[in-house]
Amino acid sequence: MSSKTVREPLLHIVKRDEIPAKKAMVLRIVAFLLALIAGGLFMLSIGCNPIEVYQTIIVGCFRSNMAIQATVKIMIPLVIAALGVSLAFKMRFWNIGAEGQIIMGGVFASYFALFHSDWPHWVLVIVMFLAGALGGAIWAYIPTFCKVRFNTNETLFTLMLNYIAYYIICFLRDGPWCDPNSPGFAKIATFDDNATLDKVLGVHSGWIIAIILLVAVFIYMNYTKQGYELAVVGGSSATATYAGMNVKKIMIRTMLISGGICGIGGMIQATGADATLSVGVAGGVGFTAIIIAWMASLDPRIILIISALFAILEKGSRVVESNMGISADSSAVLQGIILFFIMGCEFFFRYKFQGRAKKGSE
Amino acid sequence: MGNESYAIECRGITKRFGTVLANDNINLAVRKGEILALLGENGAGKTTLMNMLSGIYHPDAGQIFIDGNQVSINSPNDASDLGIGMIHQHFKLVDVYTAAENIILGTSGKLKNKKLLKEEITELSDRYGFNIDPDKRIYDMSVSEKQTVEIMKVLYRGANILILDEPTAVLTPQETERLFVILRRMKEQGNAIIIITHKLNEVMAISDRVTILRKGRSVETVNTSETNEKHLTELMVGCAVDLLIECPEMDNKEKVLELYHVSVINPDGSRALNDVSFDIRSGEVLGIVGVAGSGQKELCETIAGLIKPNEGTMLYRKEDIVGKTPAEIIKMGIFMSFVPEDRLGMGLVSGMGMTDNMLLKKYNDNKGIFVDRKPAKELADRLVSKLGIMTPDTDTPVRMLSGGNVQKVLIGREIESNPNVLITAYPVRGLDINSSYMVYDLINFQKMKGAAIVYVGEDLDVMRLLSDRILVLCAGEVVGIVDPKKVTKEDIGLMMAGKKLAEGVGAYEQ
Repeated sequence: MSSKTVREPLLHIVKRDEIPAKKAMVLRIVAFLLALIAGGLFMLSIGCNPIEVYQTIIVGCFRSNMAIQATVKIMIPLVIAALGVSLAFKMRFWNIGAEGQIIMGGVFASYFALFHSDWPHWVLVIVMFLAGALGGAIWAYIPTFCKVRFNTNETLFTLMLNYIAYYIICFLRDGPWCDPNSPGFAKIATFDDNATLDKVLGVHSGWIIAIILLVAVFIYMNYTKQGYELAVVGGSSATATYAGMNVKKIMIRTMLISGGICGIGGMIQATGADATLSVGVAGGVGFTAIIIAWMASLDPRIILIISALFAILEKGSRVVESNMGISADSSAVLQGIILFFIMGCEFFFRYKFQGRAKKGSE
Repeated sequence: MGNESYAIECRGITKRFGTVLANDNINLAVRKGEILALLGENGAGKTTLMNMLSGIYHPDAGQIFIDGNQVSINSPNDASDLGIGMIHQHFKLVDVYTAAENIILGTSGKLKNKKLLKEEITELSDRYGFNIDPDKRIYDMSVSEKQTVEIMKVLYRGANILILDEPTAVLTPQETERLFVILRRMKEQGNAIIIITHKLNEVMAISDRVTILRKGRSVETVNTSETNEKHLTELMVGCAVDLLIECPEMDNKEKVLELYHVSVINPDGSRALNDVSFDIRSGEVLGIVGVAGSGQKELCETIAGLIKPNEGTMLYRKEDIVGKTPAEIIKMGIFMSFVPEDRLGMGLVSGMGMTDNMLLKKYNDNKGIFVDRKPAKELADRLVSKLGIMTPDTDTPVRMLSGGNVQKVLIGREIESNPNVLITAYPVRGLDINSSYMVYDLINFQKMKGAAIVYVGEDLDVMRLLSDRILVLCAGEVVGIVDPKKVTKEDIGLMMAGKKLAEGVGAYEQ
């Protein structure tokens, strides 16, 4: 007999029972604190005082009304896109295409902003809103239709459509929608004031839409028949069929809503924050939203909190960058460290380490 | 040091999964040249224990001795090095390879030339009395041949301690007898064999000693020659049980569901169901038996509208239901509860609580866009108290419940819906004896209320007591429909292997 089998390894990875939501939250907070410590060590290593950096981040976000408004402005598209993808994820439909859906929402809304800016303000805003939703929904419908019909892989399909959407903006910017008055470099014209969202409390009114959407998605997911159906499909599509549900119909319907919400995010970003259609209208929000949705366990209420944290980190990093002269890359590293810890702690929700059994434990 | 007369010995094995104590201080020992039966209800911890012996799990406490030496089995490779071979319920074979290729697959060392390999396999076959053509491909084999290949595979790797996990579940009575001949031969060669089962007659037929597990503990080990089935049952359940299944006779049965020449063709062109015709009557239990994979699943799913038959018609009270959607069929009062092997695959949503699972077929009953959870909550509460379902509360995800409780949730929901037709497949799979009898009672209760019941089952003894008629399936075809009171278990076994009974024998009379 080989002697190697006589010894037992020092540590085992053991599956644990599911931990209650409260304990999971505590674990996440601990992970967050550990991330701050690790991030602090990183900052020490590049010669900064971590406490000062963290202070700057917090102060930078809340030092003035303007700073707070800027933070909220970062938060709005994150919340909306995270709500959109969380509907798809609840159905176990891997919609990685929020980025593209945001862009198409922006493109559709911008058409009216550019060419129908003479319409009455409220009519125009409502039309732009609907156009944005339509654009996102169409972009979500294409991969869903192909999945339902030809069983294609939605992860790859939605991802690829992001690039197509991105280059559509580039094409519009360089060609048909190019602003003839722009000096030197191609850009799309700034929207007429009539075609931009009104400001409420100093921030474009997209924040009101975000709150309405948040409440609506929460109710939709938890209290409606359609929300129940999509959760069943996500839980087990075999069971859904067995219960007499039309899985394909539910899938298409849910994705139209998911894409539509992301499209609204794009419309708000273009007509509210940017007052033009830039190639950066989505700017990675569609991907960050995926992380937010997962960290929030697809719960709209927690999405609000997580989005706020992301916005603070983002805005704070910018302040740190300008105030303390730390490069943008360093703040990206800090964001990365925090994400790594929070996501890494998910491992401990499902597994734990167990030491070797003590000798003589008979 | 352990006792050297034992090939394998376990002392104080404990394994905990979260809050569940799957194995609690288990002791077990097998001598060389002995067959030990490991008996216990589902959930008693048999499979957990065997998974620790084969290196899949690691015990939290306790020691394992092989030939008297303490060992730690950290991986399946360690187990194999120590001469432990496990034959799983689900075969782990490559379909497109031959028997010989499957046998050498995964062994280390250089590729042997075919001739030498064949000689080795023939030598192995002669020693134990296997009857397998080494060049036959797995997909051409019957279930029992595949099982033989599995056994040869572990023997070829030099295993002298064999663990078989419910090997007879997929076999006809005749095939089981053949397996037992092989096992006895292996025993004569000095191998130690552990056979996991919950069929008492097989325990009595094959084993030398029996270790009984109950709720994760090894309650007792007895010599087979000094015990009987009743005693074993009592040890297994922990109290005296009254094993009586009624089959009340009902009057005015009428044909509720009729199938004519129904065929279902698999995507690969083979026939899952071939020209199946029979009827289901109100106030009657129609038992359906067959070795695993004879078309039972397809038959249930066809009636429930999940599979559209390629040929044939199905009449429900004279109305054709072929082509109707599952939702329409549910509205007609045809309910199906299918307990799949993984229990959660179809019928329940594992991440949802009992309440939301109760909603599954009823959520659309009220008007408006909102879900009304109140009736579902009441139903869930009622089932908890009626069936004794153990759950922290009705919102706890059902995947956190034990297998038996999950099953009660599923069957309870289907039975509570007061069906006209109830199709239930393997409803007692994984239930302890008391719960099983509760399910039989529930089925009889529905029968007396006039429901037509299709019962797909495994245990022939139970099926013969519970069913008014038994339909035997083999390879997707109906071999015959018999009156269980007029045929023996062996007759049914022969039919399961595809042999028709002589004209008129055991026929069911109106």
